[in-house]
Amino acid sequence: MTWKQVFISSVGKKLVMGLTGIFLILFLIVHAGLNACIWANDGGEMFLHAAHFMGGNWVPRILEIGLFVGFILHIYQGYLLTVENRKKRSVGYAVAYSDGSKWYSRSMGLLGTLILLFLIMHMSHFWFPNRSNQGFLLGPEINLYEKMKTEFSVLWVVIVYVIGCISLAYHLAHGFQSAFKTLGVHNKKYNKMLVSIGYGFSVIVPLVFAMMPISFYFKWIQ
Amino acid sequence: MEHYHMNLNLKVWRQKNNQSKGEFKLYRVENISSEMSFLEMFDVLNEQLIRDGEDPVTFDHDCREGICGACSMYINGKPHGPWQANTTCQLHMRAFKDGDTIVVEPWRANAFPVIKDLMVDRSAFDRIIQAGGYISVNTGNAVDGNALPIEKDKADSSFAAAMCIGCGACVAACKNSSAMLFLSAKVSHLALLPQGAPERKTRVMNMVAQMDKEGFGACTNTGACEATCPKEISISNIARLNQEYLMASLTAE
Ligand code: HEM
Ligand code: SF4
Ligand code: FES
Repeated sequence: MTWKQVFISSVGKKLVMGLTGIFLILFLIVHAGLNACIWANDGGEMFLHAAHFMGGNWVPRILEIGLFVGFILHIYQGYLLTVENRKKRSVGYAVAYSDGSKWYSRSMGLLGTLILLFLIMHMSHFWFPNRSNQGFLLGPEINLYEKMKTEFSVLWVVIVYVIGCISLAYHLAHGFQSAFKTLGVHNKKYNKMLVSIGYGFSVIVPLVFAMMPISFYFKWIQ
Repeated sequence: MEHYHMNLNLKVWRQKNNQSKGEFKLYRVENISSEMSFLEMFDVLNEQLIRDGEDPVTFDHDCREGICGACSMYINGKPHGPWQANTTCQLHMRAFKDGDTIVVEPWRANAFPVIKDLMVDRSAFDRIIQAGGYISVNTGNAVDGNALPIEKDKADSSFAAAMCIGCGACVAACKNSSAMLFLSAKVSHLALLPQGAPERKTRVMNMVAQMDKEGFGACTNTGACEATCPKEISISNIARLNQEYLMASLTAE
């Protein structure tokens, strides 16, 4: 059995989803933690230190390559799974079976697409301008704190960010527990714990993210 | 509960053969007893159709006591109908009221092609079993009972997995047409016992490969299979299967 055979099998494909999913969950913790520096409410001083380090130091820049690989694998495999699975039933049912599973567990592709659309907008707000200037030394380092202030003074931007966070919350409400099942955790005591942690995580982390644009919009932080 | 009679409208999938397109046909059955089973109600319908010179509805059934797994009907949007932990043959008409309209469809999955009307070809499951759902033993003298000690918990979990009757409701219920609940029951019931240990790795690899070849989808842990399974096979078996597969692929040659 070659690695290739493992990873193109239905179970192997899910292993890729699970591993990259957990990797992205870890990224979310780092991202939320760093950005929480804005609530120091010190005119962005602490946050800008952190942002300068993340954009300028080579350790996070190398880790970032891993993050990109993780995202691309997850997105590619996610769409592959969604499309291939749909093809397995050419003639559908007249009456759908919707009681047996949660709507968000059946809508991971859709929720992922919403997250992806949000990500593209989010990166064009912060990542692209910052990388081209600080990262590739094409211009002066961008003051990301001021940039947040400007972007998040626009109501529709704030609303889109909140929708992005809600999509993430539902994606994780299924994804968190599913990832561990995919990796083979079947013990009752762990599963119970992981289900609770999963729901907790999928509420708290997206809420922390959503509070950032909201805090700027309502000028809770200056 | 009190015994009553009812008149029902049936919306049944009719399809001549694998090649033809198929469509829903409306039928009316009258004076159905609440004590009848769902399949007996279909027998009444078929006698009526034969009397009228029409083609009776083809459906799979054998034991009619919930143990063979043949009776595949997707009733009002759920495999095996509205009751929990139940097969179509054990569904009784007291689940319905006078005047109800009942929609009956075959299992829908490309890996289960329709043969005729409500009967589908589930031989894909047989081929998955042939790929490794057994143990190879030398048939010498019968060994003494209890010669091989097995932990009670393990034996119970294994028995619970071995309850699977291969009905295919899990595939029918799954948005991905995945056969993972079925496969995980078959792999778990052997993986939990010492007799299953020698062929453990090749079994899971070969059975997953056969499942993929048959055209079933990949599991995304939605849980629809567990919710509809007549034998209440636990979805934690799927996680066990994933572990078996991961371990086998990490350590295989
Ligand atoms: C930060 C962002 C994201 C995180 C933390 C995340 C996390 C996860 C996790 C943990 C899973 C479960 C894996 C499993 O069941 O083994 C998952 C599944 C999935 N994700 Fe994501 N994801 C993210 C972004 C995306 C994006 C951008 C897309 C796509 C376009 C996407 C599409 C999917 C799909 C289609 C699945 C498979 C559904 C399933 O297995 O039930 N995800 N994700
Ligand atoms: S796991 Fe349950 S639903 Fe699936 S084939 Fe076995 S008995 Fe039927
Ligand atoms: S006919 Fe055997 S289980 Fe229903």
